[in-house]
Amino acid sequence: MAALAGDTGGADLRVDIGSLMLANPVLTASGTFGYAREFENLINLHRLGGIIVKGISLHPRQGNPPPRIAETACGMLNAIGLQNVGVERFVSEKIPYLRGLNVPVIVNILGDSVEQYGQIAANLAGVEGISALEVNISCPNVAHGGVSFGADTKMAAAVTRAVKAAADVPVMVKLSPNVTDIAAIAVAVQEAGADSISLINTLIGMAIDVDRKKPVLANMFGGLSGPAIKPVALRMVYQVARAVTIPVIGIGGISTTEDALEFMLAGAAAVQVGTANFVNPRGAEQIVDGLGEYVTREKLTSIRDIIGALEC
Amino acid sequence: MTQYQEKASITRVERLSTQTLRLTMRSPLIAGAARPGQFIMIRPSERHDPLLGRPFSIHQATGSGTLQIYFNVVGRGTAILASARVDDELDLLGPLGRGYQLVKDAPACLIGGGLGIAPLLFLAKERSRGGHHAADDRIILGGRSRADVEPLVEDYAQFGLSLHCITEDGTFGEKGLATDLLITHPLSTDTVIYGCGPQPMLAALHGICVKSGNPCQVSVESVMACGMGACLGCTVMGHDDNYVHVCVDGPVFDARDLQWQL
Repeated sequence: MAALAGDTGGADLRVDIGSLMLANPVLTASGTFGYAREFENLINLHRLGGIIVKGISLHPRQGNPPPRIAETACGMLNAIGLQNVGVERFVSEKIPYLRGLNVPVIVNILGDSVEQYGQIAANLAGVEGISALEVNISCPNVAHGGVSFGADTKMAAAVTRAVKAAADVPVMVKLSPNVTDIAAIAVAVQEAGADSISLINTLIGMAIDVDRKKPVLANMFGGLSGPAIKPVALRMVYQVARAVTIPVIGIGGISTTEDALEFMLAGAAAVQVGTANFVNPRGAEQIVDGLGEYVTREKLTSIRDIIGALEC
Repeated sequence: MTQYQEKASITRVERLSTQTLRLTMRSPLIAGAARPGQFIMIRPSERHDPLLGRPFSIHQATGSGTLQIYFNVVGRGTAILASARVDDELDLLGPLGRGYQLVKDAPACLIGGGLGIAPLLFLAKERSRGGHHAADDRIILGGRSRADVEPLVEDYAQFGLSLHCITEDGTFGEKGLATDLLITHPLSTDTVIYGCGPQPMLAALHGICVKSGNPCQVSVESVMACGMGACLGCTVMGHDDNYVHVCVDGPVFDARDLQWQL
């Protein structure tokens, strides 16, 4: 029997990300869940707290040459190169299906310049079926020598302001972990008007083929994801949750209910399941089930009771 | 196309040579929906390391729920699978991708090299279903050496298609490459070629078909993380300079739709 919409076994799993209300705190991370349709046979999409779709740029992007992925210990490197259909085709081809799912859809956006970020947000304003935007600030700033927007408080704030000025839905800013002081970036984007913060994006890494004496990835470097990065992500979520007052969404190697609970105890109001979707397409839904069982077993009033409940 | 995530129990483990194994599993949902040329993802471990599932072409699938893969031990994932025992359970995802498009009214030539012979068994069965194969249908099995070809000869012979074997060292069948047999024994121009094998073999096959005009479908390989179009990791370059993805656009392509390094 198909589970009912929002079925959580009676447990209260609702969480609020500012004005964005979710039936449960389990989201699927951008770039690991396609445009959701890829998973329709494998998971009850309507049971997710929300879906974050593959990052969208102003124009379509071809992405990087292969090889694009490499498995590493407890994780994987990817250098997909932000391949996507572009905002125009996204609205015409992908949104109609997503709109019919009756699940909050969060659109991840990316750009090469501050203006581009603002332009995509403007193009998505007024489009029915979008509950929030997630801003990927890990992209290189072409006008500033390719330094990541997310590596600098001023650039991160500028992108946030540009998106906020154009968007008509809440704005979540997704932080890069490849920085010295992630809390400082978090504070900067909060001051620039971000409604929430998600973290972490992938950690930049590398793998080498010893026989060929060459990098495994054609792009040389790639983003490390999967269980290998969970301790780093957890530490950063803890630091950011203490530094800001807006909601924080935890990402990084989450593949089990216990992983999700760790992030929520560290201060995350919600979590994103990423690489685990590749390995176990049912994983995100299993975490929804697991959180429901946890609330019932621990006799909590709500899953909200554990957000930031870490005892130190 | 419906896909399933299914726990499959292993019913048979066959070590066919020093390197090659065949696993038979009970996986009714996936086996029931599978088409020749499609593939499955198998998680070698429920733990985090190795993390990702591995793609395997479907060697054989039956309506009664049996699924087979045929593989070499090449790394950690396949080494774990090689140590699997009867009644062990595996986490499967499938059937995935686009398989071969069998052209009923045209003669067929199935040509495989090395492990590329694996998916052709399922295709040969489909081709021979109800005895509807042409008298000049052919299967060519190529490999480096006897051990790559001989263990599977009986399985392929049962479908009544004309069987040709060839090895690089000449220890079984003729001596040479699988594609050599298309030169020495030319096909009628209406024959559809269904190929699977290493990239250089498929490139050579494409080159031969461009010259002869034979339609040619090939199954290609790539590293993959998800197998279902989500990670976008399994890119190959299409003929129009646009990337295509092996997992959803393939693994079987019209050879003319891809770029080849000849």
